[in-house]
Amino acid sequence: MMAAVSDSLAQPVDLREPSGWRRSKNQIMTVLMWLAFVIVLIPLGFVLVTLIAKGADAISWQFLTNSTIPPNVLPLGTGGMGAAVVGTLEITGFATLLAVPLGVLGAVYLNEYGGNGILARLISFMSSVMTGVPSIVMGLFIYIIWVLHFGYSGMAGSFALACLMLPIVIRSSYEMLRLVPDSLRQGSYALGATKARVTLTVVLPAALSGIVSGALLAVARAAGETAPLIFTVLTVEQTNPNLFSGPDTALPLQIFSNAQSAYTGANARAWGAALTLVAITFILMIVARIITALFTRNTR
Amino acid sequence: MSAVTKADPATPAGSAHPLNRRRPLGDRGFQILALAAGLLVLVILVLITVTTAQQSTAWFSGGFKDIFQVAFDGNTRFGAMGVLYGTVISSVIGVIIGVPVSVGIALLLTQVVPARWARPFVYVIDLLAVVPSVVWGLWGIIVLVPWLQKIYVDIASGLKGVPVLGTLFGGPNVTGASFFTAGLILAIMITPIITSLSREVIATVPDIDKEGAYALGATRWEMIRGAVWPHSQGGVVGAILVGFGRALGETIAVALVIGDSVEVTPHLFYSGHSIAAIIALQFGEATGGEFRSALIGLGLFLFVLTIVVNLVARWFVERSTRRARGE
Repeated sequence: MMAAVSDSLAQPVDLREPSGWRRSKNQIMTVLMWLAFVIVLIPLGFVLVTLIAKGADAISWQFLTNSTIPPNVLPLGTGGMGAAVVGTLEITGFATLLAVPLGVLGAVYLNEYGGNGILARLISFMSSVMTGVPSIVMGLFIYIIWVLHFGYSGMAGSFALACLMLPIVIRSSYEMLRLVPDSLRQGSYALGATKARVTLTVVLPAALSGIVSGALLAVARAAGETAPLIFTVLTVEQTNPNLFSGPDTALPLQIFSNAQSAYTGANARAWGAALTLVAITFILMIVARIITALFTRNTR
Repeated sequence: MSAVTKADPATPAGSAHPLNRRRPLGDRGFQILALAAGLLVLVILVLITVTTAQQSTAWFSGGFKDIFQVAFDGNTRFGAMGVLYGTVISSVIGVIIGVPVSVGIALLLTQVVPARWARPFVYVIDLLAVVPSVVWGLWGIIVLVPWLQKIYVDIASGLKGVPVLGTLFGGPNVTGASFFTAGLILAIMITPIITSLSREVIATVPDIDKEGAYALGATRWEMIRGAVWPHSQGGVVGAILVGFGRALGETIAVALVIGDSVEVTPHLFYSGHSIAAIIALQFGEATGGEFRSALIGLGLFLFVLTIVVNLVARWFVERSTRRARGE
């Protein structure tokens, strides 16, 4: 790190303005950094504009609620994506019920019980490695251990999404628990509370908003996942009210299959489903942001 | 239970730390529950390895000659090399394009834009991460691919016969859905994760180093080169590897834009395939036998590959944050 600094020390210190070339180089690099940001805005703006323009054409009350997804050849206006909306909400909701409590408990172990022990360090490290495991692998895993024995169902999809969310929830909750000041814990111990009671009634409430916003971001990510659902949920064209048995469908699955179709009606339905899905994830993200903002204001 | 504990003469009330007292059942139960939840991570990772290995024995028993071939036709030939090539090439393109952009943005947000104005910029970058993979794929196949097709044809005819560039970008069979298109989409998709991890690492650079560089008369760029970069380079390498790992495992967007044909060719504008994409697209057709076993085996392959990349990446990141804390 000292290389650049000691080079300049070897010469007599020059306190004048930087030379022309050094100044232009600095300006060029600053422009390039701004350029990097602008480059990212182009595809983002492009995809959002297309999504809203094409999606808004497709979306109507009937599109969101009609429970029969029409065959690809039919034009827009017949049937709707109601089955997929229900599927996404059910599958993601159940995955959240599984992954969030387990993830928070795992984070509690890491921060409150594990300390600096080798097991806690291993779990902490492997959970951050696990966030990088491809979602399709989770789908294959649930296919092998669940679908092969019990068949396709929305719940199998929830299992796959929960595997995906678990490490994300553990990491984000762990970061939040670490911020809880030790004085709170010591104060409660001084009153004679057990560790479980301290954790449940003092530590977790103190970190609650941070944990909730982290969990919502994990939910937003899971709601948009397609790959884990392909082998676990399959795809059907009718609403399946039973989450626990029989093939189901979800918005990402419908987007995937309709995007590959050559028919314009199917493509239009894909855009409509995509806008619905993005709207759901955006709402979750905005709620997470609001909760985070409230949280940071409180701690200040 | 607790009455018994209080009467225990071995731990007189008031003197002992609460944890040294004999603990109520609920307290120990909660600890065991938390431990079990933590262990679940390790259990899942081990189970993934074991179950996918079991299910892919039919493929592995075919021997090395079967696996180390290019062709994958879903019938008699189940080679891993063709799809592995596509996975690596598209991810490398993604990293080459995505890294300068991501690191540039990370530097912009930490060193150029004042801290209190950085938040909206961060939100914009996070929006990229909120757009689901399948939506990038949908946009890719319906909007981007037809548009790129024309550009590729122009570039290919312009570069025909030029050494190296002609091999990479020339050729008569250029298609909009290709290695390069997959790489472009991957570049967009890995930018948020590389940016946010890099930002975290760069934020740990001590102010005193930066002020020292300025005091010596450095310009901002010289300060970044001399004070920020040496301090954060390990962590940024880790961030890039995490992004590379994401690109390797990215499935749906790649499946829609890479072109669905297993090939090993230096031509980046030709269509190809990737491990994750072939599993997603062909699993439904693979009813039993060696086909399904091969796809699960490829999944295991991808799992091990991304685990290794992420292990190395996290090692880099953790080492650099430990250093930043001065341990």
